[in-house]
Amino acid sequence: MTTPKMMQGNEACAAGAIAAGCRFFGGYPITPSTDIAEYMARELPKHGGVFIQMEDEIAGLAAVIGASVGGVKAMTATSGPGFSLMQENIGYAAMAEIPCVIVDVMRLGPSTGRPTSPSQGDVMQARWGTHGDHPIIAVAPSSVDECFGLTVRAFNLSERYRTPVILLIDEVVGHLREKVTLPPPDQIRVLERLRPTEPPEWYKPYGSAPGDVPALAPFGSGYRYHITGLHHDEAGFPTERVDEVRPWTRRVFRKIKGNVQHIVRYEAEGVEGARTIVVAYGAVARSAREAIKIARAKRRKVGLLRLQTLWPFPTRVVSEVCRNAQRVIVPEMNLGQMAIEVERIVGDRIVRRVNRIDGELITPQEILEAMETK
Amino acid sequence: MKTEIDRYEIRLAGAGGQGLILAGIILAEAVAIYDGRNAIQTQSYGPEARGGASRAEVIISDGPIHYPKVMHADVLLALSQEACDKYFFDLKPDGILIVDSGHVERLPSSQALRLPIMQMAVEATGRPLTANMVALGFISGLTQIVSRPSLEKAVTARVPKGTAEANLKALAAGWDAAEGAPKQR
Amino acid sequence: MGNEKHSAYDYLRHSKKFPSVWCSGCGIGVVMGAIIRAVDSMALDPNDVVVISGIGCTSRMPVYLDFNTMHTTHGRALAFATGLKLARPDLQIIAVMGDGDALAIGGNHFIHAARRNIGITSIVVNNSIYGMTGGQVSPTTPMNMRASTAPYGNIDPPFRIAELSIAAGAAFVARSTVYHSQELEKYVRMGMETPGFSVIEAVSYCHTTFGRLNKLGGAVEMMRQIKDASITKQAADKLSAEERAGRIVRGIFHHDSSRKEYTELYRAIQENAGGAELADGRIQKMEMTF
Repeated sequence: MTTPKMMQGNEACAAGAIAAGCRFFGGYPITPSTDIAEYMARELPKHGGVFIQMEDEIAGLAAVIGASVGGVKAMTATSGPGFSLMQENIGYAAMAEIPCVIVDVMRLGPSTGRPTSPSQGDVMQARWGTHGDHPIIAVAPSSVDECFGLTVRAFNLSERYRTPVILLIDEVVGHLREKVTLPPPDQIRVLERLRPTEPPEWYKPYGSAPGDVPALAPFGSGYRYHITGLHHDEAGFPTERVDEVRPWTRRVFRKIKGNVQHIVRYEAEGVEGARTIVVAYGAVARSAREAIKIARAKRRKVGLLRLQTLWPFPTRVVSEVCRNAQRVIVPEMNLGQMAIEVERIVGDRIVRRVNRIDGELITPQEILEAMETK
Repeated sequence: MKTEIDRYEIRLAGAGGQGLILAGIILAEAVAIYDGRNAIQTQSYGPEARGGASRAEVIISDGPIHYPKVMHADVLLALSQEACDKYFFDLKPDGILIVDSGHVERLPSSQALRLPIMQMAVEATGRPLTANMVALGFISGLTQIVSRPSLEKAVTARVPKGTAEANLKALAAGWDAAEGAPKQR
Repeated sequence: MGNEKHSAYDYLRHSKKFPSVWCSGCGIGVVMGAIIRAVDSMALDPNDVVVISGIGCTSRMPVYLDFNTMHTTHGRALAFATGLKLARPDLQIIAVMGDGDALAIGGNHFIHAARRNIGITSIVVNNSIYGMTGGQVSPTTPMNMRASTAPYGNIDPPFRIAELSIAAGAAFVARSTVYHSQELEKYVRMGMETPGFSVIEAVSYCHTTFGRLNKLGGAVEMMRQIKDASITKQAADKLSAEERAGRIVRGIFHHDSSRKEYTELYRAIQENAGGAELADGRIQKMEMTF
């Protein structure tokens, strides 16, 4: 065991990235994510890694994808405005199936909004910010400890499924300091991407593969192939043939959908027999826990479903956990982005939204009030 | 102080550049790392590097801490009139209000503890920037929420290199001033 | 001729990508030929060569080349290439871009890549227009010429690619044309041999859009216009500014190999931080696995 220390969420995220084997960071400074860039600038060269501050966020993610193509685990970190700029290249990474991790420390928007104030306003942007259809993985930590753990996991998911993974941290969690005991390196499970073993002339970077994730050869490893953002065939060459485009689309959705049970992580607390379930994530889930503690002291039957994975949306988990609930409360620091998903699943029950977009964390009191109102 | 704490909330409020966030970090670290209890620190600040409203919050508990922000403060330190006016209403009825008498003129309560914090810093170290340590020492001495050796260790670990001595001096000035004040909590 | 194999044959992908997307008579193929010959003359292992592009006619080039190839998003070729070069300084990276790709949407990346002097050979095929999408005005469209989005004539002065590159910090800057294919090959090679950032402007033409909209004739006429308008730098230096107007000046405009290349500078940072050996080990692991 390592000794406990006081760490900030952003700092733990950066430490998690390095523990996961991240050796490249490309980005552009933006509040409230900049602590991550600063940590990486300081630590990466010590580990033989590379930090570069690019000219903008578009270039930041482009450089990350370029580094990943070179076989290096790579990450960028940003906040809402920069996240918007990155969308085209997130789509590129999804299309070209290049692993990368994008951290979005969410601040109040729209536009410049309030740079230092928290928000959960990018939940839908993470899902639908790019054009066209592709699956995505997004995770949301609630604590400093989880900033570390979920960043490691984000890299593992990214490498395992050859997909961009988005870490949605809200400003409260990003700047929160709490006591953590980081696991020693030998106790951290780190996955490496699958590399091809067949002779180069047989290699199909986008071919069918067990688990629907073909091996990815780093550039300069003797496998010469083509990567493009155009629809492509199994070899990576552009194609407009329906019989070549369709299998790609099916496989790319299947590799995420078919593994939802492996990807989704959540925490259910006191949900057995609960008549009211609070579904929450990020810092707001902490408010919800506090509210539940108070409510249960008053013998209210309330439970908490805390989502760590936001995308793919844990439809089955929400459906099962809320099966016997009469009321579902969805508190969020936005006007109900995840509530839309919850309503879709448990719409026959009362779904009560608790929302704030004024830059303050939702209080336990506000959630308690939603529990009490008829 | 050995009694179990369920939740003890401290809010340090003032202007950016007064070092309140650092004071919050030091307090949380002293409690959590050196005293071995649980503590959490959050902050709220404006976009300015200096000036603007700034606040740090520290929650202390012997159990898990869920909601990371102050609900009803046990202690409010106000280093500006604005902070005093804004946050006084979140203070518990029996909570402690500490103000810098040099910066806060209108008091919302006759129970407030007025202390010339900035002036004490100048007297102790010649540096007004160490006011945050005077305040931290005073709060800690008054509430006994943290042990003095732990606090000193945390100060030494966190302040910029070469400034530990001055900061410890300021901390001591605050702590010693609290010894004279009636015990709180 | 007969069964003799063309010297470029081994560098091309024959699976199913030909004929190319380019119009017959297009100058881009000449640039591709120059790149192939430059790589061949340097006897590089194709496994160590990367060609990265953005979007547009020129950016379709990588797919035909049997190297490590990457066709990225519009304007971003150099940003992708920067990440790859930093991750893998051992690779020889060529970025091929059109004028709109490199200088309009990618203009910021272009000047910053030059400023860093990162070891990437960038080739800007300048045909003065957005060809693929039907002839919209580009940042190198000459004044008063017509484009589909400048139907009354262009009022935006063109970027001077060479001067811009030098001012931004490129180590090697040269210009030739698709008529002067051997000179182009030489400059591409010189660019690849320069440790820092190099810019080779290949002046080309687009008879399909620019030629049609401005009544300049077909590919042959436009190739001839380039030949007639071009002049060497030595000859141009003897002319007055007025005499030089409208000419295409060919030559090397800047060549400075003394400035440290960016990944070398970063390597020094890794060395100071104690991580250089780890970086070397990581790169070694990337080599052939089969």
